[in-house]
Amino acid sequence: MIAIPLSHILILASILFVIGFIGVITRKNTLFILMSLEVMLNAVGVAFIGAGSAWQQADGQVMFILILTLAAAEVALGLALLIQMQHRFKSLDIDLLSKLKG
Amino acid sequence: MNDTMIPLMTETVLAFLPFYPLISFLLLIGFGKCLSWRVAASLSIGAMVLSALSSLFVVTQLSVDVPVITSHLWTWFSLSLTEGANQTTASININFYLDGLSAVMISVVSGIGLLIHVFAAAYMKEDENFSRFMAYMNLFIVAMLILVLADNLVLLYLGWEGVGLCSFLLIGFWYQEKENVLAARKAFIVTRVGDTAMAIGLFMLFKELGQLTIVDITQSAQTLWITGDDKAYWIALLLLGGAVGKSAQLPLQTWLPDAMAGPTPVSALIHAATMVTAGVYLIARMNGIFLLAPEVMNYVAWLGAATLLLAGVAALAQSDIKRVLAYSTMSQIGYMMLSLGAGAFSAGVFHLMTHAFFKALLFLTAGAIILALHHQQNLFKMGGLLKRLPFETALFAVGLVCLMALPGSSGFFSKEAIIAQLWSSNTAGPLLWYCAIFGALLTSIYSCRLFFLAFMGESRFEQNLQPSSSKLLKISLIALAALSLVGGMFANIIDMSLTQVFPLVARSTKSEPNWLHTIAIATPFVGIIFSWFYFSSYRSKGSAGLNQNNFSESTSGIANFCRQGLGFDCLYHWLLVKPYCSLAKLNRRDIFDQLIMLNAWYVVLCHDVLKSGQTGKLRWYAAAIGLVTFLLLLVLSVGALSTEAS
Repeated sequence: MIAIPLSHILILASILFVIGFIGVITRKNTLFILMSLEVMLNAVGVAFIGAGSAWQQADGQVMFILILTLAAAEVALGLALLIQMQHRFKSLDIDLLSKLKG
Repeated sequence: MNDTMIPLMTETVLAFLPFYPLISFLLLIGFGKCLSWRVAASLSIGAMVLSALSSLFVVTQLSVDVPVITSHLWTWFSLSLTEGANQTTASININFYLDGLSAVMISVVSGIGLLIHVFAAAYMKEDENFSRFMAYMNLFIVAMLILVLADNLVLLYLGWEGVGLCSFLLIGFWYQEKENVLAARKAFIVTRVGDTAMAIGLFMLFKELGQLTIVDITQSAQTLWITGDDKAYWIALLLLGGAVGKSAQLPLQTWLPDAMAGPTPVSALIHAATMVTAGVYLIARMNGIFLLAPEVMNYVAWLGAATLLLAGVAALAQSDIKRVLAYSTMSQIGYMMLSLGAGAFSAGVFHLMTHAFFKALLFLTAGAIILALHHQQNLFKMGGLLKRLPFETALFAVGLVCLMALPGSSGFFSKEAIIAQLWSSNTAGPLLWYCAIFGALLTSIYSCRLFFLAFMGESRFEQNLQPSSSKLLKISLIALAALSLVGGMFANIIDMSLTQVFPLVARSTKSEPNWLHTIAIATPFVGIIFSWFYFSSYRSKGSAGLNQNNFSESTSGIANFCRQGLGFDCLYHWLLVKPYCSLAKLNRRDIFDQLIMLNAWYVVLCHDVLKSGQTGKLRWYAAAIGLVTFLLLLVLSVGALSTEAS
C-alpha cells in the first residue's frame, strides 16, 4: 500500500473546506447552506482521519465519530428549523431572516 | 476652685461657645419637620442662651492681667511656602482668640442675637417653615461667632463666607416670590466681589509674611515693613475691598436696601449683630496692617464719609419704613468706617456696639408695627400710630433718639466720640469733620421725617390694627430699649478693654477750635427744628391726603433719583449687568461646550459605522467571520515564519 503523504490529505481537506465555505456564503437556499456545512464538517473529518493514520493513532478516528454524531444532531435541528421556516415564510431564502439588524 | 482650674474652665467654655447654635442648627435642619413650635423655638433660643451665658462668663474673665484668652481646638491643616531654598510651614489651627475687641463682638453677637431670636420666635410663629428659619438664624450666629473669634485669617474667612451664605439663605427665605430670590442673589453676588478681593489679599499676605495668624501677621508686618510700604498698601486695599462688600459701603452698597426682602428679624440680625459689622471688625482687627498704609486709612475715611452722606440723602426719599432703616444702617456703618479711617478704632467699635442696640430695636419695633398693620410697609399709608400703637411708638422713639444721637442716649456717646476724633486726626481732618456733621444733620432730618410720617398726623390706615400680644416679643423689645438707653454707660468699660487691643495712633497737634463740641451736640437739634417746620404737613391734620399715592409718584425727578439710591443700581445695571448678559447671550452656544461635545460626536460616529455592519444578513456574518479568521491565520503564520527565520 502506498502511503499517501499527509500534506496531500491536508490539501484535499482544505479544498473541501473552502468549497463548503463558499457554498455557505454564496447559496441563498437554506437547505443548500446546510449541505455546504456538511461538506465543511466532512473536510475537517478527512483532516482528522489523515492525521490519525499519519501518526498511527486512533484519536483521529475517535474525533471523526464525534464529528459524525455532531453532524447528525445538527442536521436534525437544522431540518426542523427548515420546516418551520417553510411554514412561516413559504420560502427557504436565508436573506429573508434579517430582522436582527442594528 | 483653685487658681489653676479657672483658666482651664474658661478655655473650655470659650471652645464650646460657638457650637451650641451649631448643634441646634443641625437638629432643626434634620428633624425640623417633626418638631412643634414650642420645641423648635426653645431649642434655638436655648442654644443662644447657652452661647450668651458663655460669652458673659468668658468676657468677665478678661482683665488687665489676663488681656487674652486663647483656646486651641485642633489643627486644621498646614500650609507650606517655598521661596528659593528655604521653606516655611504655617499650621492653620481652629483656635479661638479672645481679647478686648472680640469680647465686645461676641457680647454683641450673642446678646443681641439672643434677643432677636426671642423676637423671631414670636414673629415667625405662623410661618410653616419656622424651624428652617430658626435653623438658618442659628447658623448665622455660628458663622459670625467663628468670624470674630478666629485667631487666623483662614478661619476668619470661613466665618466670613458662612455669614455670606446665611444672608443669602435668609434674605431669600420666602423664596416663592421672585423679588426675594433676586434680592438674595444680588446680596450674594455683590458681597462676593468684595470677598474675592479679600481672598486675594489673604494670598498676598501669606506670600509676603508666610503666616496667617493675626497676631503674628501684625508683629512681623511691623518689623518687616515701614509705614507707607507698597505691599502693605496693596494688602490693606484688598482687605478694604472685602470690608466694603460685607459692610455695604460705597461702591458695593447696593445690596443692602434690597436685602429688606427678608423677614424683619433677618434685617435686624444683618444690620445689628452680624454681617454688616463684619467689615468694620475686619479693619479693626487688622489695624496693624492698616496703620502701615496711611493712604488706605485715608481712603477708608473718605469711603465712610461718602457712604454716610449718600445713604443719608437716599434715606430722605424712601417711602418704605424698612428701607429708611436700611439706608440709615448704611450711613451709621459709614460713621464706623470714618472713625476707623481716622485711627479712632475704639470709638468705631463702640459705635458698632451701640448701633447694634438701637438698630436691632428699630428693626424689631418696625417689625412689630408691620405685623400690626397687616404687612403694610409704606410710610405714606401709616400715620397717627402714636395713639393707636403707643407701646411700639415709645420704643421706636427711643431707637430714633439714639440714632439721632441726642444727649444721654447711647448713640450720643459713641457718635460724639467719633466726631470728636476727626478734626485732629492725621488720616482724616476738618473736611471729614464737616462731612460727619452734615451726616448727623441728615440723620436727624430723615429720622424726624420717618417719625412724623408714621406716628403723627392723621391715620391713613383704614383697617383694624392687630398688635401682637406675645410676651416674647415685648420682652425682647423692652430689653433692647433698655440697652439702647443705658448703652452709653459701657463707654468706660469698652474703652478700657479696647485700649489694650489698639495701638495709640499719633495725632496732629493742630489746635482744635473750641466750638467743635458745641456744634456737634447742637446739630441734631437743628435737624429736628428744621424738619418740624419743613415736614409740618406730615404731622398736621391735613395729612390724610398723603395716601392718595399721588405723593410718591408725582414728585420731582430728584426725589425719584434719591429713592433709587442715587442711581447706583441703574449705573451697575448698564455698566456691568447688561454687557455681561449680552456677552452671555452672544456665547449662548458655548464654544468650550462645543469642544467637549466633539467627544460625544466622535462616539456617535463610531456607533454609526458599527451599526452599518449589523445588516442582519447571516451570509455576510459568515463571510466576515471567515475573512477575519483568514487574516488572523495569515498574521499568525507570518509571525511564526519570521521568528523561525531569525
